[in-house]
Amino acid sequence: MKKKNLIIVLVAVFGLSAILYNCSNSGSSDNFSDAASKVYVAPGTHDEFYAFMSGGFSGQVSVYGLPSGRLFKVISVFSQNPETGYGYSEESKPLLNTSLGFIPWDDAHHPVLSKTNGEQDGKWLFINGNNTPRVARIDLSTFETVETIEIPNSAGNHGSPFVTENTEYVVASTRFSVPVPQKDVPISSYKENFKGTISYIKVDKNSGDMNLAFQIVVPGFNYDLAHSGKGPSHDWSFFTSYNSEQANTLLEVNASQNDKDFIAAVNWKQAEKYAAEGKGKRISAEYCDNNYDENAHKATTKKLNDVLVLNPKDCPGMIYYIPIPKSPHGVDVDPSGEYIVGGGKLAAVIPVHSFSKMIKAIESKDFVGEIDGIPILKYESVIAGEVQNPGLGPLHTEFDGNGYAYTSAFLSSEIVKWKLGTWEVVDRIPAYYSIGHLMIPGGDSKKPWGKYVVALNKITKDRYLPTGPELTQSAQLIDISGDKMKLLLDFPTVGEPHYAQAIPADMLEKNSKKIYALEKNKNPFSIHGEKEARVTRSGNEVHVYLSATRSHFKPDNIEGIKVGDKVYFHITNLEQDWDIPHGFTIKGLNNAEMLIMPGQTKSVLWTPTKEGIYPFYCTDFCSALHQEMQGYVRVSSASSQTKLIFN
Amino acid sequence: MSRGSRILILFSSFLLIGVFFFPIWKIDLQAPQYPEGIGLRIWVNQISGFKEFDLKNINGLNHYIGMKEIEPESIPELKIMPYIIAGFILLGIIAALLKNKKIVFAWIVMILITFSVGLYDYYMWGYDYGHNLNPTAAIRVPGLTYQPPLIGSKQLLNMRATSMPDIGTYIIIFSLLIFAVVLYLEKKSKKV
Repeated sequence: MKKKNLIIVLVAVFGLSAILYNCSNSGSSDNFSDAASKVYVAPGTHDEFYAFMSGGFSGQVSVYGLPSGRLFKVISVFSQNPETGYGYSEESKPLLNTSLGFIPWDDAHHPVLSKTNGEQDGKWLFINGNNTPRVARIDLSTFETVETIEIPNSAGNHGSPFVTENTEYVVASTRFSVPVPQKDVPISSYKENFKGTISYIKVDKNSGDMNLAFQIVVPGFNYDLAHSGKGPSHDWSFFTSYNSEQANTLLEVNASQNDKDFIAAVNWKQAEKYAAEGKGKRISAEYCDNNYDENAHKATTKKLNDVLVLNPKDCPGMIYYIPIPKSPHGVDVDPSGEYIVGGGKLAAVIPVHSFSKMIKAIESKDFVGEIDGIPILKYESVIAGEVQNPGLGPLHTEFDGNGYAYTSAFLSSEIVKWKLGTWEVVDRIPAYYSIGHLMIPGGDSKKPWGKYVVALNKITKDRYLPTGPELTQSAQLIDISGDKMKLLLDFPTVGEPHYAQAIPADMLEKNSKKIYALEKNKNPFSIHGEKEARVTRSGNEVHVYLSATRSHFKPDNIEGIKVGDKVYFHITNLEQDWDIPHGFTIKGLNNAEMLIMPGQTKSVLWTPTKEGIYPFYCTDFCSALHQEMQGYVRVSSASSQTKLIFN
Repeated sequence: MSRGSRILILFSSFLLIGVFFFPIWKIDLQAPQYPEGIGLRIWVNQISGFKEFDLKNINGLNHYIGMKEIEPESIPELKIMPYIIAGFILLGIIAALLKNKKIVFAWIVMILITFSVGLYDYYMWGYDYGHNLNPTAAIRVPGLTYQPPLIGSKQLLNMRATSMPDIGTYIIIFSLLIFAVVLYLEKKSKKV
């Protein structure tokens, strides 16, 4: 080769390398300029969707806007919140009552919106408490928890609170099987004594009030997740279960031996009928149903003592087992109600069952066995198709309403898009990292808004600025409006997001309350004007009826309080103006501050321990003279003769 | 009076019934903290908020500048005005029935006087609220008073107050115009 040609070749090689290098690099920061405009919600304008994210171990629900990923509110549900006084105020404490006493924390997993005709109706949000089995109901006009109901004969209320098509029921299945009723037995007697339960909680159509209608006793497996049917499958709910081995130790090995576990298909219409016919048995069970009255601004606890239990042996046609590959997790029903998608977390395929085939198999008694009165359907007779190569560790599936399903794969950390009917994978996108649930607005309903999918991830590692060993939890917004999924946004979440729900903003926005009407305030300790402000004493119990309005408390000087008194401050916010809360605290308050909305009353207990002068003040910057909104309490010795006076 | 004139006078008198269903004046306040708006509506028989609790909230805000509370119950004009409007309706009907042009003329003169007196009275109430301030108020700006304008806008601290006639007043004006046109046409036809 001539010297000149060699130089040309070298230049060409360098040039080509440079071009290739640039091309390969452009991939890492790819096309996010376009994404930015898709998630940008201009100042002062509103998001397209409300998203409700479970807080996991925070016990709460957080409210976000989509597509911006902005956090609006943390709704206190199962955990005390000193920021608002939830679980500390006398009025809210009963919401955390259980048969095991006051339990100020829980593990909140699956928010589920109420539905009418299988579509979101924007009335209530339900969420399960996993640890001490409970279900909470949140009112979507106030974004406050208005009811918590405990589930007896259960431990680990994980497969909950998935609603039926018209919110006739909220379901609850127990993750940990335990003796039913509870008793003191050796753990090794698991197979003999431990049982699972599947509970149906009736929801009042108008008030939303929840009542435990009946429980079905099932074999002692671990019941994991659930979804109720819709359309043709309206009468049914589906519950995954694992540990059909009924192991009681080292489950990661011992519960992973069987090749197949089960989806329990429950005909709740049939169960309802058996319950009405008296086929069930009332057994004693202690549990609490706590209701918050919005006009009294106050929760009360109702203690209940028995529950109706149905046994599959006495109720033929009520429940069937559908085999499903190895240790399933999620079970999801497509918008048509025909396909039941299992998430076999250790399986190599996603099995999709057919509801119509299931009914045929039941009619032709195509059973391969029976466990405790529950017939097992033949896998091959019920299966509609298997999604091949779906990613490793498929967990949950949501639907876009356009014939596609989106499955999260935990191990391969990706979302896999596949087509219903052909079962072929058409697209996949990585999640950062280890996605658990995923959520499409309305993606579990008959009417999905298939514009975005949100990935709810378990690990974030290097995605954000590090904050020591404990890192933020994270969600990712992905555009699914085109053929290819496209990552738009990462945003941090409160606690660990398990499941989430989203609903078009205009369905809730118009109903969102601005204030509580003072004239409707029926709290026994409320006052409706400054003239009613007063302090009363009976024995060592002191009640301060305190008014708060811009920019003063009345009374603001109180004398005659003694060491050891139980002092209840009942603060009524007299404002009727939008977004004018007042806060209350007093030096040495061995409790939490109270944040009181306009027209609301909250009560907080203070037990002074030392003599002296104790200032109290407004903690929410309410007005230009907020810093003047204060008062003093004089605390005298227990034996003093200081007269009770106030101004 | 022609048949057409009598129908117009009757129509115009009954039109005044509308004054009972719409406010006659409005005062709107604009402030950075009130994107949703806040204001007052003055009716012949009451003062209400633009929104349910606006009157209460405006009174609440006014306490900072020492303005006394606006209490509709303590304003006697609100008790008298409905009778005056009813009187005009009745007088109009009588004019039409008696085919009396003099009453039509008197009606026009009287309503103009009533309107002027009313406006002056409204100005005096505004003056009283705006000037008679509590000397111990939290906010005292030497020389600043808080009288809202009769018609138009004025910046009062962080609030921009805009005072304008409302539908009720337009009904009165429309009614008055019909009366005036009738009178003019009647006079013209007499000349011919």
